[in-house]
Amino acid sequence: MFNWIDQNILSLIIFTPLAGAVVGLFLPSSQRRVFEIWTLFVTLLTFVLSLHLVFYFDNGAGYQFAIFKPWIQSLGVQYALAVDGISLWLVVLTTFLMPIVTLFSWGAVGERHKAYYLLLLILHTGMLGAFMAVDAFFFYLFWEAMLIPMYFLIGIYGHGDKIKAATKFFIYTVVGSVLMLLGMIYLYFRAGGSFLLQDWLVLDLSTSEQWWLFLAFTLSFAIKVPIFPLHTWLPEAHTQAPAAGSVILAGVLLKMGTYGLVRFAIPLFPQAYDQAYPVIASLAVVGIIYGSLVAMVQKDIKKLIAYSSIAHLGFVVLGLMAFNEQSMTGAVYQMLNHGVSSGALFLLVGMLYTRTHTQAIANYGGLAKTLPLFTFVFMVVTFSSIALPGTNGFVGEFMILAGTFYSDLSLWAIVASLGVILSAVYMLWMVERVFFGKKAGESLKPLKDLNLREWLCILPLLVMIVWMGLKPNFFLEKIEPAVKTLVEIKSAF
Amino acid sequence: MNLIYFILLPLLGAILNGSIALISAGRKKEEPRALVSAIALGVMLVAFALAIPLALDFFSGRTDPILSSLFSWITVGNFKVDFALSLDRLSVVLLLIITGVGSLIHLYSVGYMKGEAGYAKYFAYLNLFVASMLVLVLGENLLMMFLGWEGVGLCSYLLIGFWFEDEAKAKAGKKAFIVNRVGDFGFLLGIFLLISFFLPEAKEGVSILSFSYLKTYIHELGHAHVIFIPAGIIGLCFFIGAMGKSAQIPLYVWLPDAMAGPTPVSALIHAATMVTAGVYMIARMHFLYDLAPWVLQFIGAIGAITALFAASIGLVQRDIKKVLAYSTVSQLGFMFLAMGVGAYATGVFHLMTHAFFKACLFLGSGSVIHAMGGEQDIRRMGGLRKSMPITFWTFLIATLAIAGFPPLSAFFSKDEILWEAFHRGHSLLAGLGFLAALMTSFYMFRLTFLTFFGDFRGTEEQKHHLHESPWTMTLPLIVLAILSTVGGWVGIPHLLGGHAQFQNFLGLGHGSLEVTASDHLWELSLMVLSVGLALLGMLLAYVFYIKNQSYAECLARRFPRLYRLLLNKYYVDEIYDALIVNPIKGISETFFSKTVDQKFINQVLVEGSAKTVKNLGRVLNWLQSGQVSVYAFYFLAVISVAVFYLVFS
Repeated sequence: MFNWIDQNILSLIIFTPLAGAVVGLFLPSSQRRVFEIWTLFVTLLTFVLSLHLVFYFDNGAGYQFAIFKPWIQSLGVQYALAVDGISLWLVVLTTFLMPIVTLFSWGAVGERHKAYYLLLLILHTGMLGAFMAVDAFFFYLFWEAMLIPMYFLIGIYGHGDKIKAATKFFIYTVVGSVLMLLGMIYLYFRAGGSFLLQDWLVLDLSTSEQWWLFLAFTLSFAIKVPIFPLHTWLPEAHTQAPAAGSVILAGVLLKMGTYGLVRFAIPLFPQAYDQAYPVIASLAVVGIIYGSLVAMVQKDIKKLIAYSSIAHLGFVVLGLMAFNEQSMTGAVYQMLNHGVSSGALFLLVGMLYTRTHTQAIANYGGLAKTLPLFTFVFMVVTFSSIALPGTNGFVGEFMILAGTFYSDLSLWAIVASLGVILSAVYMLWMVERVFFGKKAGESLKPLKDLNLREWLCILPLLVMIVWMGLKPNFFLEKIEPAVKTLVEIKSAF
Repeated sequence: MNLIYFILLPLLGAILNGSIALISAGRKKEEPRALVSAIALGVMLVAFALAIPLALDFFSGRTDPILSSLFSWITVGNFKVDFALSLDRLSVVLLLIITGVGSLIHLYSVGYMKGEAGYAKYFAYLNLFVASMLVLVLGENLLMMFLGWEGVGLCSYLLIGFWFEDEAKAKAGKKAFIVNRVGDFGFLLGIFLLISFFLPEAKEGVSILSFSYLKTYIHELGHAHVIFIPAGIIGLCFFIGAMGKSAQIPLYVWLPDAMAGPTPVSALIHAATMVTAGVYMIARMHFLYDLAPWVLQFIGAIGAITALFAASIGLVQRDIKKVLAYSTVSQLGFMFLAMGVGAYATGVFHLMTHAFFKACLFLGSGSVIHAMGGEQDIRRMGGLRKSMPITFWTFLIATLAIAGFPPLSAFFSKDEILWEAFHRGHSLLAGLGFLAALMTSFYMFRLTFLTFFGDFRGTEEQKHHLHESPWTMTLPLIVLAILSTVGGWVGIPHLLGGHAQFQNFLGLGHGSLEVTASDHLWELSLMVLSVGLALLGMLLAYVFYIKNQSYAECLARRFPRLYRLLLNKYYVDEIYDALIVNPIKGISETFFSKTVDQKFINQVLVEGSAKTVKNLGRVLNWLQSGQVSVYAFYFLAVISVAVFYLVFS
């Protein structure tokens, strides 16, 4: 029994949410509570299953828990799943965030709840598949499959100009991925009819081939990250998305872009990367400074956090470009940190929104008096976001900057370090305007502080913020071997 | 003994009181104040009690540090940092100050914060501060120090903005954090430079950021003369960090505003402990600075200029706490002056005496403010010595100490700094220091005279309420006044028959230089000079503020520009706003956000390309109208162009 589970664990994890969605189809749509509990149960089960990966992961390089089975034999497509130290934590991040998002949605989603929870579950499977697939066809399938439920989540359950934001999000991403698809088809033929990543890695591509493919893949991933100047879909999508959508978007979907860079673009086309990295690093640094400055003057809390995401993801990309063990491990770690911290921020803003139905900073003020517990939680997350030592954010940013500094991108690291000052500026200014002072107005209507359900949502995130800040080695020791292999690819080249 | 208890005890206090604060807030119930005070004060006293035997061990001759390594914090490849603490002769001094003076201020707070809301929250922050400060001081490597460094910054932010409903106070907290972050940028760069210097050759499992490693290797490299320039740059980066935390020009601007916090906080964080962290850091890293004389020159100059600059602002301020705040900036300048001339131990000596007399002054001012019902303007005080004798006497003793009257503590420490500066060939810096010392004596006696002498100038109601503070507040005052008196006796120079035990105990840097007979004469003359200046300052203050108060106004009217310049603190805040803050805000708002992001990228590039596609579609749509005659026209047109081309080419 154990062996069977161990061998098929990845399939189990991927398809549990999907199976949950199929079962959900037959549940009575009039009973909201049934859907709420069912979705929570399914996502929790998926999380528990994913813990198997953490416990039985062998701290080494290479694929683990791999499953390779022929699928569409005429095309040579394989059902190929595996995790390594990089994807392992992204999978766990996803399964960790989904129950939280579900539990949060209990209080936020009223109408059309059936479709909502089914969409969440389908999206869940899509994200997990994209992180686990080691066959490009399979990866592409999930990559695109994620878009559709997200499109509906924003378009139906969002607010404001939601259709436009959803459409922009959709078209922007699809345009990018079409190019990637072309590149994949080329590589498929080049590799003699295989979509397997490991077959592609041993290809001997010419420099010009590498360049074209690199551009196609990188553009697609850069949109997803998003790297400056391809970022304008993000603030709109975030502002219009429902809180749960924002949490997933910031927490998981953005990491698809940086994960794509690590998994595909960099190892497949090292030569092209070796020439292009100063440019991408520059864009990343521009993203850090520019994103921070624009975040500073936003008038909408969600937009502010969205722009701060651009800055944070800039750190991740910079770390990937510096390409040494420290910077890349830091970058992968920062992906997780951003998932936790930004996820938590969007969750908290969502909780605020359900109380006040406004996202404009100007409508708030003096909340620390009316909502002391909420304020406490928000402050902890804020300081994690501005990378205070002792929280998760510091470890990631520090490793990225230290590693980048001692690569040949020292100057980039110095400029990026200014982001450390700017993050304090925009976050603390926002905190000041929302929580301090004693402004009267809509927000002074007697608001209720955090309830039990909301505590259950946020407490796991707080625990992660402190745990990942004080004992990062638990995570790093699993990431590092995978990163080391990557770094060796380059030094071998 | 494991050093972690020094961190865990105050941390436990912070967690317990924090939980009490949160639970009471959640249930909207009264906080159990007695319990809160017992926890907060209890953990401090236990920590202090635990520190004493360790300190005695060092005093009786122990030289090797006590190490406690807990777990490895960050390990990636050959980069490794441990969660490790160490106690040596330097840190034991600070350990005693932090837990000792800290305990006194906790006790004082029990009385001072009695009527305030958020009592448990206050003590949770205060305990958290002590825990962070001890991490900073006991941290065995630079990253642990940085953990404490930012931790104290967080607590400072929280405590300055403790009365967050007042927007100005919340803003002051934010300002403190952000200005400190500017300094931290330098601190981080310093760490990065060290990493890129040492990591390539680091063996796996060696913590290159630990002070013991750095000390050994930088020393070795120093012998080989390969690190002269890098050491300077690295040292400069760390000093930028120190400028932020220890409020030196140009990053001192947050400290005067930080007076928005409760007064015991000003005493503990913004006078006795946190703001001296920069001085401590340089003493801790003196092996680096020894290799970079030009950076030391720079540090000394910044210190001396800050000492003078801040003292001159202090001359005319009207807020009792603002005077003390600028005085703190000025005294920190003295400490950096000592660092800059290489007299590290003397700088730490002044750090210690300053912790005593400045904490005493701040707590005294808190006692005054308490009695005055929140009034902080010294123009509305006067004659308080009759109604609050203990506060008066302790305040007077501390004033005499800071002014440098023998045999009070700062006479020995400040005089030693100026003598060292002079003796080591920095006469100009010493001169600036003497001038600052004169101003110090003047503004401190001005403060004392205006507050405690003359007639009461406040309202009748205030006069009616004047009272001496409760024992919880006066006991710390008395203890600190005693320490301000005797605290300097551990460092009496050889000239006066002492043995400079304190400096010998620390044994930092090169130690003292050779002293000749003519040096003794110089030392004695300087001593006489500094006492003379202290007397002169007091005398001037007496003439201006007791004898004939119109003199001061006369002088202000005679030099209106100078007076306003000083009163408005040289307009530095306004200059920063005009040169840095507002341009960045403006450019971000109008240029980056509105023009680049919204107009150019979003509308022109993104939606523009979408529109182009849409319009292209419209054109194509129009072309395919579905009418046969139109298609026939296309057909004919193409044929004729083709024929035309074939015939004429």
